[in-house]
Amino acid sequence: MFTAKEYVMPQTLDEAYKLLMARKNNYILGGCAWLRMGKRRINTAIDLSEAGLDFINETEDSIEIGAMTSYRTVETSEVLKVHFNGVLCDCIANIIGTQFRNTVTVGGSIYARFGFSDFLTPLLALDTYVVLYKEGVIPLSDFMYQPYKKDILAKIIIKKDSRHLSYQMLRNSHADFPIVNVAVSKSGSDYRVCIGARPAKAVTAPKTSEFLSHTNFENIESVTKKAGEIMAEEVKFMTNTKASAKYRQTIARTLLKRAVMEVGIC
Amino acid sequence: MLIHIIVNGEKQKFHCSPDDMLLDVLRDAGYKSVKCGCDTTNCGLCTVWFEGKPVLSCSLPAARANNKHVTTLEGVREEAKVFGSLLVDEGADQCGFCSPGLIMNVIAMKKELGQATEGDIKHYLAGNLCRCTGYMSQLRAVKKYMGVEE
Repeated sequence: MFTAKEYVMPQTLDEAYKLLMARKNNYILGGCAWLRMGKRRINTAIDLSEAGLDFINETEDSIEIGAMTSYRTVETSEVLKVHFNGVLCDCIANIIGTQFRNTVTVGGSIYARFGFSDFLTPLLALDTYVVLYKEGVIPLSDFMYQPYKKDILAKIIIKKDSRHLSYQMLRNSHADFPIVNVAVSKSGSDYRVCIGARPAKAVTAPKTSEFLSHTNFENIESVTKKAGEIMAEEVKFMTNTKASAKYRQTIARTLLKRAVMEVGIC
Repeated sequence: MLIHIIVNGEKQKFHCSPDDMLLDVLRDAGYKSVKCGCDTTNCGLCTVWFEGKPVLSCSLPAARANNKHVTTLEGVREEAKVFGSLLVDEGADQCGFCSPGLIMNVIAMKKELGQATEGDIKHYLAGNLCRCTGYMSQLRAVKKYMGVEE
């Protein structure tokens, strides 16, 4: 069980950052879904609930989602339903239950960069940026593989570039975590393929994306088969208690085919 | 630390630790309808409404609820009685341990969705686990409560 000596709810990010940096074991809280299952020894727990980070805003060229926005808010957002085929709403709609999604925050899961995330893989297939209080705006693809540093994720920005998006996953039961997942986005002839729950963090598959972007789709069966072979070659799958690497790789090929066909007909 | 929570419409003082979860604070204060069934944040037994939305009180820090509205089953007795009777009529109440969390989420669903299909119901209630039944009797009761045609 975790412990915390103090609990604070700063009103601004400036205040929160000062508190975060004041001691090594001061931490920012997200949705706290799994906090009590850990053994973290926290000096000051910093709760951002009062810092004005619960929002989904649409601007002329992008959508901004605040770090303390719950998954349920994302799932039911009228703004997100009309962009990217509504995939950003649908991809998280089956995570555990409504109460859980009312608790979990966008910032908590993105900052943690969980391998099993249903949300990160489709976000990675879009032009997504994270806005960190200290480091500023950086692409999600860079943030994914940065070492964990003390900073505050304020919001994410998703560019509205009319990309068609498909998210495919395999899970053992309705509300379980994905065993493997695939997201494909397409803008014109430009494809972007991302694979998650390998079970490690989601990655882009540049060679597969390149192949799909410069190929003739006359025979979709042979194209998706070839794309699956390239993807299996370039993406590293691993084994854990949920599935073997070989199983994940095999399933990912099928998911890739479905995703390509789905964005292909958009 | 001293916090104030508006529980079932009444503002109350609670003395808690910075690492206490809302579930424990509520149970210690006598709200015994709120239960912990899994210890892994996924069974739904500890469901309460936080600012009107169903949440898992086992994973909500009590301090986050300072000056906020929390509703437990004790605060929705009349509505719970209506749905509880439907559960009994359908033979859905076996050990009954999961019923408070289920009832809180079902009432929240009716408030949020109004009209619902069977698919909506299954989706909304996916986070309420029951280890006695096969969910069919609960589903019959929920469909009656929501006015869904068989």
